[in-house]
Amino acid sequence: MFQATPFSRRKQRYERLAQAVFLLMTVLIVAPLLLIVGYLIYQAWPILSFDFLFTNPRNGMRAGGIWSPLLGTIYLVVISLAVAAPIGVLAAIFLNEYTRENWLTRVINLAVLNLAGVPSIVHALFGLGAFVLFAGIGKSILASSLTLAVMTLPVIIASTKEALAAVPLPFREACWNVGATRWQTIRHVVLPNSIGGILTGVILQVSRAAGETAPIMFTGVVFYKAIKEGDPFAYGLLDQCMALSMHLFTISTQVPDVPKALPYGTAVVLLGSVLAVNALAILVRLRLRSRRKW
Amino acid sequence: MVNGGPMIEIRGLTVAFARREVIKRVSLDVRRNEVLGIIGPAQSGKTTLLKVLNRTLDDEPKVTVSGAVRVDGADISKVRNLPALRRKIGMVAPLPVGLPLSIFDNVAFAPRMAGLRDRHALEERVERCLRLAALWDEVKDRLDSLGTRLSGGQQQRLTIARALSHDPEVLCLDEFSIAIDPVTTMRIEDVLKELRSRITIILVTNLVQQARRLADRTAFMLNGDLIEIDETEKIFSETPADRRTFDYVRGIFG
Amino acid sequence: MHQLPKRPGIAILAERAIEVLIRLCGVSAILFVFGIFFFVFREGSHFLFHGFKFGEFFLSPEWYPTSESHVRYGALALIAGTASVTLLAMLIAVPFGLGAAVFISEFCTPRAKETLKITVELLAAIPSVVWGFVGLTVMNRLIIEVFHTPIGLNVLNGGIILALMSVPIIVSIGEDALKAVPDSYREAALALGVTRWQLIYRVLAPAARNGLLAAVLLGIGRAVGETMAVLMATGHAVKIPSSVLDSVRTLTATIAAELGEAAVHSDHYQVLFIIGILLFSITFVINLTADLIVRGVRRG
Repeated sequence: MFQATPFSRRKQRYERLAQAVFLLMTVLIVAPLLLIVGYLIYQAWPILSFDFLFTNPRNGMRAGGIWSPLLGTIYLVVISLAVAAPIGVLAAIFLNEYTRENWLTRVINLAVLNLAGVPSIVHALFGLGAFVLFAGIGKSILASSLTLAVMTLPVIIASTKEALAAVPLPFREACWNVGATRWQTIRHVVLPNSIGGILTGVILQVSRAAGETAPIMFTGVVFYKAIKEGDPFAYGLLDQCMALSMHLFTISTQVPDVPKALPYGTAVVLLGSVLAVNALAILVRLRLRSRRKW
Repeated sequence: MVNGGPMIEIRGLTVAFARREVIKRVSLDVRRNEVLGIIGPAQSGKTTLLKVLNRTLDDEPKVTVSGAVRVDGADISKVRNLPALRRKIGMVAPLPVGLPLSIFDNVAFAPRMAGLRDRHALEERVERCLRLAALWDEVKDRLDSLGTRLSGGQQQRLTIARALSHDPEVLCLDEFSIAIDPVTTMRIEDVLKELRSRITIILVTNLVQQARRLADRTAFMLNGDLIEIDETEKIFSETPADRRTFDYVRGIFG
Repeated sequence: MHQLPKRPGIAILAERAIEVLIRLCGVSAILFVFGIFFFVFREGSHFLFHGFKFGEFFLSPEWYPTSESHVRYGALALIAGTASVTLLAMLIAVPFGLGAAVFISEFCTPRAKETLKITVELLAAIPSVVWGFVGLTVMNRLIIEVFHTPIGLNVLNGGIILALMSVPIIVSIGEDALKAVPDSYREAALALGVTRWQLIYRVLAPAARNGLLAAVLLGIGRAVGETMAVLMATGHAVKIPSSVLDSVRTLTATIAAELGEAAVHSDHYQVLFIIGILLFSITFVINLTADLIVRGVRRG
């Protein structure tokens, strides 16, 4: 009765074919990640070392290391997240916990969501227009960091809201019913149970801030700047600086006769840091998923 | 405030969501230390009435409330200290909720938020409330474990312990038994019998027999109107004031 | 029996202060969000209303902003540059991206699904300048080898790189869309004896149609807005491409390439901001449309 008919055998063949096609498509997407990482490391190998990280670019950037861009990127990331994370998280708490759903909040939600998709060059224009010129800060680490902060702000708000909304409403209602204030409820029940999601969202923006080039190109990051090697406080807030992402761009397009391994080395450090930070975020998310309290 | 007047006075209460009225000009008193049962089919406004009392209705979108409600003589629409009002009224929701805290912290939550810090006082309060809620024996050895890991019946008793933890003068229960097993329901009804005449109890229920068992007076609501409120005996007798009460109580509709 | 004490005044004050801070952040975040549009518009607005020629901008391919004698701001070639690279990228990314989304959603064990999703996430995290670098080195050499062109920086290069950059967003949103289709659809169809392929083609794709469309739109938005990768991979020719092996320049790359040299508040500078307004509007509309499409699903 349940013998395979020619019809059903053909169906099975089509099914296997479909599966194979989709598998192939997936492999073709996934393979580039591994190939790129592998090839970059391979090409950068001769130059990767601790020295590479802690010496400045020399000889018109044809030799030496990446200390000054590396420190610059660290400054930019730390300052921009120090601004964006608190404001973003608190703003998300405001939008999710303190406002009732009405036309205004819907407009705000739409605006925040859509602003997450703004091209990075438009962020550059904004930073130039608002911070460098209008606010008179001039091209500096501060202006670039604020530009990056505005770039990461909408996404931090959106991901924090998502984390807050994942805490079920009945918990809040139970707290209000026993006379807890809104803030008490947030502090003791909502935040502790959404902190994982919030953290993941912020960490992901760290890697985004580190990798962007356009927003910082015109707001304070420059072609070349010499600073003291090995000194973590070598930059000042109103100084201009170098950055890893910009440096990669510069030495691969603006400077002739650069030895091959140099840009590859820069790319490896940049890509490596970004992937490491993302992996950290993923680990945080996985770990916290298993410790959920309800 | 200690006076002889009713615990809760409701005069001409009307509640509407957008344009739809869910409570229509309801007036009733809740006497001190009585058990008032409120029965009626779904969408009668029973749950909304409770939410008006502790003003958690304020958070719903597009809601309009008119009329006067006084709790212990004070007009609740003018109250400045909302948490204090909510501590005066204990609320038990239909679905059991264990907060994602330890069992101890679940029951200690309200007193802590009110400012009680003394560890010894908290421990005493937690034990007292868990005993009153008939849950102490089952959890006394694992007060550190998560409240969310208890069974439905246990979580509902935990909710009652939480509701009692802030010394309410009124205890409101909103269809507390719909999501729990009959045995736990019976145990909680015993708890209510234990508490009666010590605090005022408002029992909203869709189980008319539950009202008959527990309530001194019973109110019947239908589609936002208060049809009748009287001694429970009268409501369940052959001759209540309204024909609809007679029909509902005998299961002819709803 | 201990009476409940009153909350210490300082705790109440601190809570008030925190709530004020929260409201402040909420309001300021909203202001920043709208501020982006305002400031970009502001920098280009003067020229926009005094001397900007809409017709020339959109219809003329002659882009000579720095000419001594005859300044022209015809952006047609730039628009064609953006369009051609985006089109090619989508032709590659959409089938592969949706195919991978289908594979992850329907053919995968939970373990494999987790791994693949993480891989796609990591792919999405690669900075655009690194992608540009890959285009400049690896792709460049590949194209020169295979097609025997003198330079490998062209529409093809940019298109492939952009495809790889847009795929992750298509995959993740597409997979979300398929996940949102209730299992009951799948169970009902399989009970009728259909193959997986038929299930996907006739049941799931139509059901998830809106979400899949949104995924494609967001992929397009990503491609249109990309700056560094195309700056490095498509070459520098400002002309309308006649084949995929031609070099082009996109709108985004133009801003990046010329903003540094344009004198602040000059006409050239303002035109670059106007291009920024154009880009912002395009991506805003795309994102808004995708949003509304997805919302339409929930209501319908």
